[in-house]
Amino acid sequence: MLEIKNLHAKVEGRDVLRGIDLRVNAGEVHAIMGPNGSGKSTLAQVLAGRDAYQVTGEVLYDGKDLLALLPEERAVAGVFLAFQYPVEIPGVGNLYFLRTALNAVRRQRGLEELDAMDFLALAKERMKLVEMDQSFMSRSVNEGFSGGEKKRNEIFQMAILEPRLAILDETDSGLDIDALRIVASGVNALRGKDRAMVVITHYQRLLDYIVPDHVHVLANGRIVQSGDKDLARELEKHGYAAFEPPPVAATPRPVGIAR
Amino acid sequence: MTDTQNEIQELASREYKYGFVTDLEMDVVPRGLNEDVIRLISSKKNEPPWMLAWRLKAYRHWVTLAKSEAEPTWANVHYGPIDYQDIIYYAAPKPKKPGPKSLDEVDPEITTMFNKLGISLAEQERLTGVAVDAIVDSVSVATTFKKKLADVGVIFCSFSEAVLEHPELVRKYLGSVVPYTDNFFATLNSAAFTDGSFCFVPKGVRCPMELSTYFRINAADTGQFERTLIIAEEGAYVSYLEGCTAPMRDKNQLHAAVVELVALEGAQIKYSTVQNWYPGDAEGRGGIYNFVTKRGKCAGANSKISWTQVETGSAITWKYPSVILQGDGSVGEFYSVALTTNRQQADTGTKMIHIGKNTRSTILSKGISAGRGQNTYRGLVKVLKGATGARNHTQCDSLLLGSECGAHTFPYVEVKNATAQVEHEASTSKISEDQLFYCRQRGIRAEDAVSMIVNGFCREVFKELPMEFAVEAQKLLGVSLEGSVG
Repeated sequence: MLEIKNLHAKVEGRDVLRGIDLRVNAGEVHAIMGPNGSGKSTLAQVLAGRDAYQVTGEVLYDGKDLLALLPEERAVAGVFLAFQYPVEIPGVGNLYFLRTALNAVRRQRGLEELDAMDFLALAKERMKLVEMDQSFMSRSVNEGFSGGEKKRNEIFQMAILEPRLAILDETDSGLDIDALRIVASGVNALRGKDRAMVVITHYQRLLDYIVPDHVHVLANGRIVQSGDKDLARELEKHGYAAFEPPPVAATPRPVGIAR
Repeated sequence: MTDTQNEIQELASREYKYGFVTDLEMDVVPRGLNEDVIRLISSKKNEPPWMLAWRLKAYRHWVTLAKSEAEPTWANVHYGPIDYQDIIYYAAPKPKKPGPKSLDEVDPEITTMFNKLGISLAEQERLTGVAVDAIVDSVSVATTFKKKLADVGVIFCSFSEAVLEHPELVRKYLGSVVPYTDNFFATLNSAAFTDGSFCFVPKGVRCPMELSTYFRINAADTGQFERTLIIAEEGAYVSYLEGCTAPMRDKNQLHAAVVELVALEGAQIKYSTVQNWYPGDAEGRGGIYNFVTKRGKCAGANSKISWTQVETGSAITWKYPSVILQGDGSVGEFYSVALTTNRQQADTGTKMIHIGKNTRSTILSKGISAGRGQNTYRGLVKVLKGATGARNHTQCDSLLLGSECGAHTFPYVEVKNATAQVEHEASTSKISEDQLFYCRQRGIRAEDAVSMIVNGFCREVFKELPMEFAVEAQKLLGVSLEGSVG
């Protein structure tokens, strides 16, 4: 489904991804682990189409050139990114936002748009997956949400949009153990033979709940080791020290915030 | 970055949808303003002598103002000198037969024009239950629902008709909130106003429908000087909607209106405006100068006046809908969205004058600037000595789209009573790349995402609009309906 060949990404003259090769088939869950600053989030952002990076290399999605598509074109083609830092959009209703998104996806798939009532029914059903309460519906997108609520909202959105390729960027960060369990069970419920997932995480903890088919270690912009789920446990024992140290400039935060 | 810029440029430079011209046979008076022109206007309207005398008093005062160059220059707007002798002060569509008695008799050209605007009178009457007093240029051409309103004692008619039919009410309240000496443009209006709306809701009556006036400037080189007077007696309630559009012209047109509201004890007046006058082209050619004086007086205890405005049009907007909080416990509200794009300039805000005890006011202003638009909030909160326990809360938020626009805030506070509580909050923000990317990652096109975010920014104000207006306002900002589920 996804084929990444020699992918490089630069931001502000600095190399962040330095030749990534990765193949993800439908039905598989891949975990990408690595220390801070290794390029994990950059990989997620580049796949989703953030334009802050200079990108070279090739990414094929269902055999098509993913890098040539706009972010919204990737989204309606079934690429979903669960953000590490979901942004607040004041005044825009959570459900209204999501219905607009779903209808964009449905148009692409040749399905009829859902009206407000049908959508409400769908939303109520899918909310149960992440144990979200109904007060959620009347609030603005992520506004005043706790860290855990924001992450649950991401998984809720995924459940509604039913992507083919889901990229989860540190969905476990900032979650307590109960929230982690809820989010993970939501994710597991969405696993399927037609859907691929790329789970990005710093800690092995998440992978106790979401058991991956493949684990890759990313360090300094390259995949330095790949294996099965046991690799994650080894990492937990020995840490990332065995791999190259991270570059001096720390975490490459997504860029371009104009506040 | 560049993507956002492009989207914003596009959104900002959308063409004006309502810029068509209707060929109507017009009845006009000679260019310029002098006593003869005022007498002519007055006689065309068959006005009684007291009305003419009031106009002339105002005119003579205006001449002194014009001589002493008293045209206000303090606003943060820039335009060349206006030649007041080059304006046509009266233009009325010539009736094909005298005086339309019902909608059927209205000139079909006019009804076609309204159809283009999407406010077919017949449709309005049948479907929406909104009574429309439609004003084309200077004369009210059709008034609907008059009978239904009359049954409950509500008077809703053109201002000219009120002068003839209800002189005692007009004489009592005209100029009682905005005196003819108030300011340069209000004085000009007092001398030369041609029509407008009049509404009187008697004691204890809740007006059974929302009242609506659709203003439209049609003829070239005419000014529209309408005058609106709304009176709500003790315990009465009325909600009034005003919508405005104007065709494209390459010259600037002057619109100097006056609106006066009077709320007696326990009365409530809700006044909503969606102003979409022609803003001029991308280079700032043409467009309406919208210099308007709007003021309400909460004359009685526990009365309430609420202004809601969505200002998306006009080349220049100079407008401060205000409330005089005279009655104890009275409430004034001002909710505003002002959008400036291309070369538009807006200097708008409000004045809340606290006179009575325990008076309260709320100001919520949302300014959006795009293109090379300049948006200024200017507000005064004044608490007089006797206004014990007065409270005000002001919130001014500005949203900038792009890097060539500007947002400015001038809040003035004068407090003469130590028990008063006055709060002011202000913020300026830009649409962030993060917000835009988040929307796009969910499949929402960048252009729609910008609209959605802007719309969200305005939501608190749109909530205050009557439903049909809220829809129009949202469309005006280029977005689909917000919040239908949430």
